[in-house]
Amino acid sequence: MLEDINAHFPAADIVVINDGSTDATSAVAKTSGAKVIDLPHNLGIGGAMQTGYKYAEQRGYDVVIQFDGDGQHRADQLETLFEPLLNNGADMVIGSRFIGEKAYKSKFSRLIGIKILSGAVSLLTGKRITDPTSGFRAANRRVVEFFSRYYPDDYPEPEAVVLLKRAGFKIAEVPALMRERQAGSSSITAFKSLYYMLKVLLAIFIDMLKRVPGR
Amino acid sequence: MDIVILVATVVSGAIVFSVVELIRRNKLKEKYSLLWLAASLVILFFSISRKALETISLLVGIYYPPSFIFLIASLFLIIINIHFSTVISELYEKNKNLTQEIALLKKAMEEIRSGNE
Repeated sequence: MLEDINAHFPAADIVVINDGSTDATSAVAKTSGAKVIDLPHNLGIGGAMQTGYKYAEQRGYDVVIQFDGDGQHRADQLETLFEPLLNNGADMVIGSRFIGEKAYKSKFSRLIGIKILSGAVSLLTGKRITDPTSGFRAANRRVVEFFSRYYPDDYPEPEAVVLLKRAGFKIAEVPALMRERQAGSSSITAFKSLYYMLKVLLAIFIDMLKRVPGR
Repeated sequence: MDIVILVATVVSGAIVFSVVELIRRNKLKEKYSLLWLAASLVILFFSISRKALETISLLVGIYYPPSFIFLIASLFLIIINIHFSTVISELYEKNKNLTQEIALLKKAMEEIRSGNE
Protein backbone atom coordinates (compact mmCIF):
# COMPACT_ATOMS: atom_id res chain seq x y z
CA MET A 1 0.00 0.00 0.00
CA LEU A 2 2.87 2.36 0.83
CA GLU A 3 4.68 1.40 -2.39
CA ASP A 4 1.47 2.06 -4.27
CA ILE A 5 1.28 5.62 -2.96
CA ASN A 6 4.98 6.25 -3.45
CA ALA A 7 4.68 5.08 -7.06
CA HIS A 8 1.60 7.08 -7.99
CA PHE A 9 1.93 10.06 -5.75
CA PRO A 10 5.50 10.57 -4.58
CA ALA A 11 4.80 14.13 -3.40
CA ALA A 12 2.54 12.90 -0.62
CA ASP A 13 3.67 12.74 2.99
CA ILE A 14 2.38 9.47 4.34
CA VAL A 15 1.32 9.22 7.95
CA VAL A 16 0.52 5.78 9.32
CA ILE A 17 -1.50 5.60 12.49
CA ASN A 18 -0.79 2.47 14.46
CA ASP A 19 -3.72 1.98 16.79
CA GLY A 20 -1.93 0.19 19.58
CA SER A 21 -0.90 -2.80 17.48
CA THR A 22 2.25 -4.58 18.62
CA ASP A 23 2.99 -6.45 15.38
CA ALA A 24 5.56 -5.32 12.79
CA THR A 25 3.22 -2.76 11.15
CA SER A 26 4.99 0.18 12.64
CA ALA A 27 8.53 -0.99 11.76
CA VAL A 28 7.57 -1.98 8.20
CA ALA A 29 5.90 1.37 7.59
CA LYS A 30 8.96 3.22 8.92
CA THR A 31 11.33 1.46 6.55
CA SER A 32 9.10 2.54 3.64
CA GLY A 33 9.67 6.13 4.64
CA ALA A 34 6.25 6.77 6.15
CA LYS A 35 5.78 8.84 9.26
CA VAL A 36 4.42 6.51 11.90
CA ILE A 37 2.39 7.58 14.88
CA ASP A 38 2.08 4.86 17.50
CA LEU A 39 -0.83 5.18 19.85
CA PRO A 40 0.06 3.91 23.32
CA HIS A 41 -3.20 1.99 23.50
CA ASN A 42 -6.04 1.09 21.21
CA LEU A 43 -8.47 3.95 20.61
CA GLY A 44 -10.66 2.42 17.94
CA ILE A 45 -11.13 3.67 14.42
CA GLY A 46 -12.53 7.10 15.25
CA GLY A 47 -9.88 8.05 17.78
CA ALA A 48 -7.07 6.72 15.59
CA MET A 49 -8.31 8.57 12.53
CA GLN A 50 -8.67 11.77 14.51
CA THR A 51 -5.02 11.45 15.57
CA GLY A 52 -4.12 11.72 11.89
CA TYR A 53 -6.27 14.82 11.49
CA LYS A 54 -4.75 16.37 14.60
CA TYR A 55 -1.27 15.69 13.22
CA ALA A 56 -2.22 17.34 9.92
CA GLU A 57 -3.76 20.24 11.80
CA GLN A 58 -0.61 20.82 13.88
CA ARG A 59 1.74 20.54 10.91
CA GLY A 60 -0.29 22.85 8.72
CA TYR A 61 -1.28 20.50 5.92
CA ASP A 62 -3.86 21.92 3.52
CA VAL A 63 -5.14 18.67 2.07
CA VAL A 64 -5.53 15.37 3.87
CA ILE A 65 -6.39 12.08 2.27
CA GLN A 66 -7.80 9.20 4.26
CA PHE A 67 -6.48 5.93 2.91
CA ASP A 68 -7.09 2.49 4.37
CA GLY A 69 -4.08 0.35 5.14
CA ASP A 70 -5.59 -2.93 3.96
CA GLY A 71 -4.94 -2.44 0.25
CA GLN A 72 -8.53 -1.65 -0.69
CA HIS A 73 -7.83 1.86 -1.83
CA ARG A 74 -5.83 2.61 -4.94
CA ALA A 75 -3.30 5.38 -5.20
CA ASP A 76 -4.01 5.77 -8.93
CA GLN A 77 -7.45 7.09 -7.91
CA LEU A 78 -6.00 9.90 -5.81
CA GLU A 79 -5.93 12.56 -8.53
CA THR A 80 -9.67 12.22 -9.21
CA LEU A 81 -10.32 12.15 -5.49
CA PHE A 82 -9.01 15.57 -4.64
CA GLU A 83 -9.81 17.29 -7.90
CA PRO A 84 -13.17 18.65 -6.53
CA LEU A 85 -11.31 20.14 -3.55
CA LEU A 86 -9.32 22.30 -5.91
CA ASN A 87 -11.88 23.12 -8.59
CA ASN A 88 -15.35 22.62 -7.16
CA GLY A 89 -15.09 24.32 -3.81
CA ALA A 90 -15.83 21.04 -2.06
CA ASP A 91 -14.64 20.73 1.55
CA MET A 92 -14.60 16.96 1.57
CA VAL A 93 -14.63 14.44 -1.26
CA ILE A 94 -15.70 10.84 -0.89
CA GLY A 95 -14.45 8.19 -3.28
CA SER A 96 -17.56 6.16 -4.06
CA ARG A 97 -17.60 2.58 -5.26
CA PHE A 98 -21.11 2.99 -6.59
CA ILE A 99 -20.78 5.68 -9.20
CA GLY A 100 -18.88 5.39 -12.42
CA GLU A 101 -18.63 2.62 -14.94
CA LYS A 102 -17.41 -0.35 -12.94
CA ALA A 103 -19.80 -1.22 -10.15
CA TYR A 104 -18.30 -2.66 -7.02
CA LYS A 105 -19.06 -6.27 -6.28
CA SER A 106 -19.72 -7.34 -2.76
CA LYS A 107 -21.88 -9.61 -0.70
CA PHE A 108 -25.56 -8.95 -1.17
CA SER A 109 -26.22 -8.31 2.51
CA ARG A 110 -23.50 -5.71 2.61
CA LEU A 111 -24.79 -3.97 -0.50
CA ILE A 112 -28.26 -3.79 1.00
CA GLY A 113 -26.82 -2.41 4.23
CA ILE A 114 -24.90 0.28 2.39
CA LYS A 115 -27.96 1.13 0.26
CA ILE A 116 -30.12 1.69 3.32
CA LEU A 117 -27.42 3.74 5.03
CA SER A 118 -26.95 5.72 1.87
CA GLY A 119 -30.69 6.44 1.82
CA ALA A 120 -30.68 7.55 5.45
CA VAL A 121 -27.60 9.73 5.12
CA SER A 122 -28.91 11.27 1.90
CA LEU A 123 -32.24 11.98 3.55
CA LEU A 124 -30.66 13.60 6.60
CA THR A 125 -28.14 15.66 4.68
CA GLY A 126 -30.35 16.54 1.73
CA LYS A 127 -27.57 15.47 -0.58
CA ARG A 128 -27.23 12.21 -2.41
CA ILE A 129 -24.38 10.22 -0.87
CA THR A 130 -24.00 6.86 -2.59
CA ASP A 131 -21.19 5.44 -0.47
CA PRO A 132 -21.35 6.80 3.08
CA THR A 133 -19.15 4.03 4.50
CA SER A 134 -16.26 4.62 2.13
CA GLY A 135 -13.08 5.49 3.97
CA PHE A 136 -11.42 6.82 0.84
CA ARG A 137 -11.69 10.56 1.37
CA ALA A 138 -9.99 13.86 0.85
CA ALA A 139 -10.48 16.86 3.10
CA ASN A 140 -9.41 20.48 2.92
CA ARG A 141 -7.86 22.58 5.66
CA ARG A 142 -11.18 23.73 7.12
CA VAL A 143 -12.41 20.18 7.49
CA VAL A 144 -9.05 19.12 8.96
CA GLU A 145 -9.39 21.81 11.62
CA PHE A 146 -12.97 20.78 12.28
CA PHE A 147 -12.14 17.07 12.53
CA SER A 148 -9.24 17.72 14.88
CA ARG A 149 -11.83 19.12 17.27
CA TYR A 150 -14.81 16.86 16.58
CA TYR A 151 -14.60 13.41 15.14
CA PRO A 152 -17.13 10.64 15.75
CA ASP A 153 -15.92 7.57 17.60
CA ASP A 154 -18.02 4.58 16.74
CA TYR A 155 -18.87 4.56 13.02
CA PRO A 156 -16.89 7.57 11.91
CA GLU A 157 -17.37 7.39 8.14
CA PRO A 158 -21.14 7.76 7.86
CA GLU A 159 -21.36 9.80 11.06
CA ALA A 160 -18.73 12.26 9.85
CA VAL A 161 -20.66 12.87 6.61
CA VAL A 162 -23.80 13.86 8.52
CA LEU A 163 -21.79 15.92 11.00
CA LEU A 164 -19.97 17.86 8.28
CA LYS A 165 -23.12 18.52 6.33
CA ARG A 166 -24.91 19.78 9.43
CA ALA A 167 -21.99 22.08 10.18
CA GLY A 168 -22.43 23.53 6.70
CA PHE A 169 -19.52 21.97 4.82
CA LYS A 170 -19.71 21.05 1.15
CA ILE A 171 -19.35 17.37 0.34
CA ALA A 172 -18.74 15.91 -3.10
CA GLU A 173 -18.54 12.34 -4.36
CA VAL A 174 -16.38 11.04 -7.16
CA PRO A 175 -16.19 7.56 -8.66
CA ALA A 176 -13.39 5.49 -7.19
CA LEU A 177 -12.23 2.03 -8.14
CA MET A 178 -11.29 -0.19 -5.26
CA ARG A 179 -9.53 -3.50 -4.94
CA GLU A 180 -10.45 -6.54 -2.98
CA ARG A 181 -8.68 -6.11 0.28
CA GLN A 182 -5.21 -7.67 0.41
CA ALA A 183 -4.63 -7.84 4.10
CA GLY A 184 -6.81 -8.07 7.14
CA SER A 185 -10.52 -8.60 7.12
CA SER A 186 -13.27 -6.05 7.25
CA SER A 187 -14.42 -5.12 10.69
CA ILE A 188 -17.83 -6.00 9.26
CA THR A 189 -18.53 -9.63 8.38
CA ALA A 190 -21.36 -10.60 6.05
CA PHE A 191 -23.52 -11.97 8.85
CA LYS A 192 -23.20 -8.87 10.86
CA SER A 193 -23.77 -6.33 8.13
CA LEU A 194 -27.46 -5.83 8.86
CA TYR A 195 -26.77 -5.55 12.55
CA TYR A 196 -23.97 -3.13 11.73
CA MET A 197 -26.32 -1.07 9.61
CA LEU A 198 -28.83 -0.83 12.44
CA LYS A 199 -26.17 0.29 14.86
CA VAL A 200 -24.89 2.90 12.44
CA LEU A 201 -28.42 4.18 11.86
CA LEU A 202 -28.94 4.42 15.60
CA ALA A 203 -25.62 6.23 16.05
CA ILE A 204 -26.56 8.69 13.30
CA PHE A 205 -29.94 9.38 14.83
CA ILE A 206 -28.36 9.90 18.23
CA ASP A 207 -25.89 12.28 16.58
CA MET A 208 -28.85 14.19 15.19
CA LEU A 209 -29.91 14.95 18.77
CA LYS A 210 -26.64 16.69 19.41
CA ARG A 211 -26.18 20.37 18.88
CA VAL A 212 -24.18 21.19 15.79
CA PRO A 213 -20.67 22.06 16.90
CA GLY A 214 -19.46 25.45 15.73
CA ARG A 215 -17.03 25.56 12.85
CA MET B 1 -43.04 0.66 64.34
CA ASP B 2 -43.06 -1.56 61.28
CA ILE B 3 -40.05 -3.76 60.92
CA VAL B 4 -39.62 -2.45 57.37
CA ILE B 5 -39.28 1.10 58.69
CA LEU B 6 -36.71 -0.05 61.24
CA VAL B 7 -34.69 -1.75 58.52
CA ALA B 8 -34.90 1.31 56.28
CA THR B 9 -33.72 3.55 59.12
CA VAL B 10 -30.77 1.37 59.99
CA VAL B 11 -29.71 0.87 56.37
CA SER B 12 -30.01 4.52 55.33
CA GLY B 13 -28.26 5.59 58.54
CA ALA B 14 -25.41 3.20 57.70
CA ILE B 15 -25.19 4.61 54.17
CA VAL B 16 -25.03 8.19 55.42
CA PHE B 17 -22.29 7.17 57.84
CA SER B 18 -20.29 5.31 55.16
CA VAL B 19 -20.47 8.18 52.68
CA VAL B 20 -19.32 10.67 55.31
CA GLU B 21 -16.52 8.32 56.37
CA LEU B 22 -15.35 7.86 52.77
CA ILE B 23 -15.23 11.61 52.26
CA ARG B 24 -13.33 12.07 55.54
CA ARG B 25 -10.71 9.51 54.48
CA ASN B 26 -10.37 11.20 51.12
CA LYS B 27 -11.53 8.11 49.25
CA LEU B 28 -14.48 9.79 47.58
CA LYS B 29 -14.44 13.07 45.74
CA GLU B 30 -17.05 15.41 47.22
CA LYS B 31 -18.40 15.92 43.70
CA TYR B 32 -19.42 12.27 43.48
CA SER B 33 -20.66 11.96 47.04
CA LEU B 34 -23.32 14.68 46.87
CA LEU B 35 -25.90 12.45 45.19
CA TRP B 36 -25.24 9.58 47.57
CA LEU B 37 -25.51 11.87 50.58
CA ALA B 38 -28.71 13.41 49.28
CA ALA B 39 -30.21 9.97 48.57
CA SER B 40 -29.36 8.50 51.93
CA LEU B 41 -30.43 11.59 53.89
CA VAL B 42 -33.80 11.74 52.12
CA ILE B 43 -34.37 8.04 52.77
CA LEU B 44 -33.28 8.41 56.37
CA PHE B 45 -35.67 11.33 56.83
CA PHE B 46 -38.66 9.38 55.51
CA SER B 47 -37.71 6.32 57.54
CA ILE B 48 -37.66 8.30 60.78
CA SER B 49 -40.62 10.55 60.14
CA ARG B 50 -43.56 8.19 59.71
CA LYS B 51 -45.92 11.16 59.48
CA ALA B 52 -44.13 12.78 56.55
CA LEU B 53 -43.90 9.42 54.79
CA GLU B 54 -47.63 8.73 55.13
CA THR B 55 -48.63 12.22 54.02
CA ILE B 56 -46.49 12.22 50.92
CA SER B 57 -47.36 8.60 50.03
CA LEU B 58 -51.09 9.31 50.06
CA LEU B 59 -50.45 12.50 48.12
CA VAL B 60 -48.95 10.54 45.22
CA GLY B 61 -51.43 7.69 45.56
CA ILE B 62 -49.30 5.05 47.26
CA TYR B 63 -51.28 3.18 49.89
CA TYR B 64 -48.44 1.23 51.42
CA PRO B 65 -46.12 4.01 52.66
CA PRO B 66 -42.88 1.99 52.96
CA SER B 67 -42.96 1.33 49.21
CA PHE B 68 -42.57 5.07 48.74
CA ILE B 69 -39.08 4.64 50.22
CA PHE B 70 -38.30 2.07 47.52
CA LEU B 71 -39.57 4.46 44.90
CA ILE B 72 -37.25 7.22 46.14
CA ALA B 73 -34.35 4.80 46.36
CA SER B 74 -34.78 3.56 42.80
CA LEU B 75 -35.19 7.08 41.45
CA PHE B 76 -31.95 8.09 43.12
CA LEU B 77 -30.22 5.02 41.71
CA ILE B 78 -31.32 5.95 38.21
CA ILE B 79 -30.10 9.53 38.65
CA ILE B 80 -26.79 8.36 40.11
CA ASN B 81 -26.28 5.95 37.22
CA ILE B 82 -26.96 8.59 34.60
CA HIS B 83 -24.53 10.83 36.45
CA PHE B 84 -21.92 8.08 36.33
CA SER B 85 -22.45 7.65 32.60
CA THR B 86 -21.76 11.32 32.03
CA VAL B 87 -18.65 11.10 34.19
CA ILE B 88 -17.43 8.06 32.23
CA SER B 89 -18.10 9.80 28.92
CA GLU B 90 -16.13 12.80 30.10
CA LEU B 91 -13.26 10.59 31.27
CA TYR B 92 -13.29 8.72 27.95
CA GLU B 93 -12.99 11.98 26.05
CA LYS B 94 -10.12 13.14 28.24
CA ASN B 95 -8.38 9.79 27.98
CA LYS B 96 -8.70 9.84 24.19
CA ASN B 97 -7.26 13.34 23.98
CA LEU B 98 -4.36 12.41 26.25
CA THR B 99 -3.62 9.27 24.26
CA GLN B 100 -3.58 11.23 21.00
CA GLU B 101 -1.49 13.97 22.55
CA ILE B 102 1.08 11.47 23.85
CA ALA B 103 1.35 9.82 20.43
CA LEU B 104 1.78 13.17 18.69
CA LEU B 105 4.36 14.34 21.25
CA LYS B 106 6.30 11.10 20.88
CA LYS B 107 6.32 11.63 17.14
CA ALA B 108 7.55 15.20 17.52
CA MET B 109 10.25 14.11 19.97
CA GLU B 110 11.42 11.37 17.64
CA GLU B 111 11.72 13.91 14.83
CA ILE B 112 13.69 16.35 16.97
CA ARG B 113 16.02 13.56 18.06
CA SER B 114 16.71 12.30 14.54
CA GLY B 115 17.23 15.90 13.41
CA ASN B 116 19.96 16.37 16.03
CA GLU B 117 21.99 13.35 15.04
